[in-house]
Amino acid sequence: MSIIELKNIHKTYNVGAPLHVLKGINLTINEGEFVSVMGASGSGKSTLLNILGMLDNYDEGEYLLDGELIKDLSETKSAKLRNQKIGFVFQFYNLLNFKNAMENVALPLYYRGIRRKQRNAIALEYLDKMGIKDMAEHLPNEMSGGQKQRVAIARALIAKPKIILADEPTGALDSQTSKEVMQLLREVNRTEGVTMIIVTHDPNVAAQTDRLIKIQDGIIGDN
Amino acid sequence: METLKEILDALRANRLRSFLTGFAIVWGIFMLILLLAAGNGFKNGMESNFFYMAKNTVMLYPGRTTMPYAGFQKGRQLNFKAEDIDYMEMEIRRIAKVEQYTPIFNIWNDTLTYKRENDVSSLCGVRPGYEVMRSLSIERGRFLNEVDERNHNKVVLIHPKTEKNLFKGEDGVGKFININNIPFKVVGIYTEKSESWRPDVYIPFSTSQMIFNPSGLITDISFSVAGVDTKEKSEALQNQLRRILARRLNFDPNDKEAVWIRDNVSNSMQSASIFSAIVFFIWIIGIGTLVAGIVGVGNIMLITIKERTKEFGIRKTLGATPASILKSVIFESLIITVSFGYIGLFLGIVLSETVSKVLESMPKSGDREFTTFMNPTIDLSIAITALIILVVAGTLAGYIPARKAVKIKPIVALQAK
Repeated sequence: MSIIELKNIHKTYNVGAPLHVLKGINLTINEGEFVSVMGASGSGKSTLLNILGMLDNYDEGEYLLDGELIKDLSETKSAKLRNQKIGFVFQFYNLLNFKNAMENVALPLYYRGIRRKQRNAIALEYLDKMGIKDMAEHLPNEMSGGQKQRVAIARALIAKPKIILADEPTGALDSQTSKEVMQLLREVNRTEGVTMIIVTHDPNVAAQTDRLIKIQDGIIGDN
Repeated sequence: METLKEILDALRANRLRSFLTGFAIVWGIFMLILLLAAGNGFKNGMESNFFYMAKNTVMLYPGRTTMPYAGFQKGRQLNFKAEDIDYMEMEIRRIAKVEQYTPIFNIWNDTLTYKRENDVSSLCGVRPGYEVMRSLSIERGRFLNEVDERNHNKVVLIHPKTEKNLFKGEDGVGKFININNIPFKVVGIYTEKSESWRPDVYIPFSTSQMIFNPSGLITDISFSVAGVDTKEKSEALQNQLRRILARRLNFDPNDKEAVWIRDNVSNSMQSASIFSAIVFFIWIIGIGTLVAGIVGVGNIMLITIKERTKEFGIRKTLGATPASILKSVIFESLIITVSFGYIGLFLGIVLSETVSKVLESMPKSGDREFTTFMNPTIDLSIAITALIILVVAGTLAGYIPARKAVKIKPIVALQAK
């Protein structure tokens, strides 16, 4: 059963001269898959990720997410869908500096209207799963890169999304921590059944996934 | 409730910024209140000097003619006689809405005695109603009344200074003093807004005529009118009065020296325009202060929102709708402006009220007091209006850049900083 279906997706940026970034992407990703997206910088892999995450619009084609057509959504609608279906993990974590680990993790539940006490309790649970429950009261600048990324993964998971989009999740980590984070993502994929899409330029990371999607000059290359 | 907690978190996270914004507001409101209060204090002080007479009093003094008329040479001294009083009252009532009317008879220096003490004062014979025109108030006892006037009672109204000179601290009301060796009963002690060096002593007009005025000439006539509140109306009234007087006393109606007409309306109109200029000036400064406060808040909000672009981006990826972000920014500025504005309001009012109390409690010194500053307080509704303006402007100052920031796509916002 496919969770993501892209049919002939085109995207052009107008920055001075028009820049045709995506030139007809066709891609199907099934529920529970663990895939990586690779490509040189400028190949369009970040743009693809933004479109998948409903952070950006596309010009042409069709994007079906969990069977629902995602096209020209209002900001409000796409925000709601993001909250329900997609969790994000970024290279530089993107935690809020003035909130402690637990509050950062709980934030997606705030936008679902869950009360503070309840969402903090759930957040603690997820921090426990990530093995950093003891860091719950710490602010991001008191944590190591690996710990921050675990907080970010917990935050991505807390709303029980169908998909996790990870943009260079190990890009800022040393090799040992990198390995641990990848193991964690693999475990989440296995135990929670979350579809995992990892954008990377690191072949070692790509090698740990089940399927490699290569993107080259705006189209999908050989899988 | 959840939203409020979230906002308080954000405010706490940016303590310095919240404090600076708050300080700009406290300062703006505080200064506005102080300025307006100082302006009011100045205005009240000046008014207490100028408006010791009811605003609409007209005084007529006989003078000397400067134009020949109907066979009379110029330079003739005119006089008001007893028989002119009622005639003129009737004539004036036909052209103006007279509220109080009284002839006045003055004896400049008269000796008052009580037991072995004596004092020199001007004696004034007046009718009831005079106290309204001169804004006299009674401290003890009563004013002169119609019964005194009708029965030629030998009663007298004196000032606390006169009382002190004669009675040396005793209560003078009900006691008898001698004026030219005729006993008069003290019926009241009066005070006036502007204190004079040698306050007058008042007796009923009819009594003054019977005892002190065998010649039947009176000093002047005073009356108050309603509805004469512009310079034009006051000039028209003066011209009409001059015609009535000219007909009665046989002088040229164009002779402005023959009878002096002192009109408080034109005097007070003049000072009122000075006051309104002062008030206007203070308002300009006050509004300037308020605008400076608004610009300050706006600037801080602008920087704040620039700084928070990335935070908004993160929140959006987590599922924040644009409306929820806008709502939190607006609530933030509302909380800051309302709470700090209230502090400024409170401090300003406390300070101005304190100054007002201190000024009130200070002993009055000097015989002829000239007050430049009095009751420096402001209308609460003005202060609250200013606060509302600041709150609305502050909120708008937050809303406009926030709406812009919210429109930025999350991916761009995430790359900010």
